[in-house]
Amino acid sequence: MTTKEHDASVYEQVQTSQDFQELKRRFRAWTFPMTAAFLVWYLLYVLLSGWARDFMGIKLFGNINVALVFGVLQFVSTFWIAWAYSRHAAKKLDPLADKLRHEVEEKQ
Amino acid sequence: MSSEALSTTLFLIFVAATLGITFWASRNTKTAADYYAGGRSFSAAQNGMAIGGDYMSAASFLGIAGIIALSGYDGFLYSIGFLVAWLVALLLVAELMRNSGKFTMADVLAFRMSPRPVRTAAGVSTITVSIFYLLAQMVGAGALVGLLLGIDSPAGKALTIIGVGILMIVYVVFGGMKGTTWVQIVKAVLLMTGAALITLLVLMQFGFNLSGLLGEAAAESGKGAAFLEPGLKYGTEAQGLAGKIDLVSLGIALVLGTAGLPHILIRFYTVPTAKDARKSVIWGIGIIGVFYLLTLVLGFGAAALVGGKAITAADKAGNTAAPQLAKAIGDLMFGTVGGTILLAIIAAVAFATILAVVAGLTLASSSSFAHDLYAHVIKRGKVTEKEEVRVARISAFVIGAASIGLGILAQGQNVAFLVALAFAVAASGNLPAILFSLFWKRFNTAGAVSAIYGGLLSALILVIFSPVVSGSKTALFPGADFSWFPLQNPGIISIPLGFLFGWIGTRMSKEYNAAKYAEIEVRSLTGVGAEQATQH
Repeated sequence: MTTKEHDASVYEQVQTSQDFQELKRRFRAWTFPMTAAFLVWYLLYVLLSGWARDFMGIKLFGNINVALVFGVLQFVSTFWIAWAYSRHAAKKLDPLADKLRHEVEEKQ
Repeated sequence: MSSEALSTTLFLIFVAATLGITFWASRNTKTAADYYAGGRSFSAAQNGMAIGGDYMSAASFLGIAGIIALSGYDGFLYSIGFLVAWLVALLLVAELMRNSGKFTMADVLAFRMSPRPVRTAAGVSTITVSIFYLLAQMVGAGALVGLLLGIDSPAGKALTIIGVGILMIVYVVFGGMKGTTWVQIVKAVLLMTGAALITLLVLMQFGFNLSGLLGEAAAESGKGAAFLEPGLKYGTEAQGLAGKIDLVSLGIALVLGTAGLPHILIRFYTVPTAKDARKSVIWGIGIIGVFYLLTLVLGFGAAALVGGKAITAADKAGNTAAPQLAKAIGDLMFGTVGGTILLAIIAAVAFATILAVVAGLTLASSSSFAHDLYAHVIKRGKVTEKEEVRVARISAFVIGAASIGLGILAQGQNVAFLVALAFAVAASGNLPAILFSLFWKRFNTAGAVSAIYGGLLSALILVIFSPVVSGSKTALFPGADFSWFPLQNPGIISIPLGFLFGWIGTRMSKEYNAAKYAEIEVRSLTGVGAEQATQH
């Protein structure tokens, strides 16, 4: 092992600390609902592709129909969520995670 | 110069360049971290490109373009599932795994559990998933190269499979993760450039009028507006309710499978920190997303300019639609010389695509054998780093040789279902175990073992008794009928079963280690004690 074996009690102390609980809350409060949201959004698209074909076939401009726009919107939402997550992580997660990491490393 | 000779020349240049890289990488591969994780010293952008190179297989390049060319809109459903899947990896898996693991998927699972049973289960599932995927790529390579180079004889195809197999073994055995990653980066650049070039030419041909291109494709297909709507291939009205449920099942397996594919998961270990793992997935999402938008134009372009009849005449499944489009658009815009050159470029890109993906799969399965099964299960951790890397190289050789043999035996079989099966097994067996071990306090050894074996076996058994294996004209054994499961893709049943088995297994055992859970939770979120990049 290249890493040091740590005293487990250090981790248990950190785990119960306010800073760590805040980090965990910020992580889960963003990623869990967002995961649920994009899965529902994707599943809606799959279900409409199976059961709402008349709706998906409505032409919007020229030969471009709802199905195509809906599909491209899945790309747009994926790019947007990736961008939003990287912003959230850089602003709200990284500073706190770095602070906690330095604290633990000093204790060793 | 004929197109075959030109594409062979281009391909040989690619082979020479990648062998040069492999030789260089082998001189810089000394430790286990070098061999398994490329010294963890790739940048986020490099790893992002390698993620693209590892993920965009011949199935997604040639296969999706072919499905769109023949069945229209339905090919796009595949692209969307393959792309959205990366959000699961980005939000829930990549960073936490980089912080708490070392070389393989099993490292994360074994962290707070009894290591031997968990590593055995994870090793078995890693090797199963990778071999299915590998076999599909090898058989595809034989068929594809045969078509592109005009080799029809089984002996010629077998020779192609042997050639691809030997190159893949050389990349992995000598270059390890460093060599493999660079092969994937080069391939990603070539594939994106090739696809972008053809897309641009197709759009120019239609005066950058997307609606015009779609209209022409729909008219040429003979199916009219239906060609631009879902329902010609998956969940057709003729298949009834089962077909539509199958569509949902496929969709779920695609979106949840990626974050459980072992050859994708080990890519997160090749960067210095979890932040770089995050950035590399974002790079990967950008590259893969743009690529799938390009395949949309390629597919409809092939439908419009080559036409379904000419495509099915060359290959029933439509796998040659993209190369045929390259030839057609080149002929149209630059005369036959242009067509010959473009076809040669796309054919060479297709070879490079296959090689980069099979190398990644061989590396993932041999790493898991050496690190999980040999070093930790058989030798109980009492093994030197040097010995472990030696075993990894030997197992890469053995797995490579076995896949050459199986690839030749399975020639001409319909093995396309193996890729979908690999995704279903990854989503049913691996993903529940990974998510539970990162997020569920109570999760334990019995839970991990039952999630992996339960998910793996559910997916396998349902496929064996599905119309994919028997009881239909397109089945693996068309003459026999022992099918009772109506769906082609098992995901909708086997993925919830994987989670359920994990939950039941956990509840049946009293094992729980609060200290170890505190450690993995703190380490995964803060990066304390994460493996560092090696210095040379």
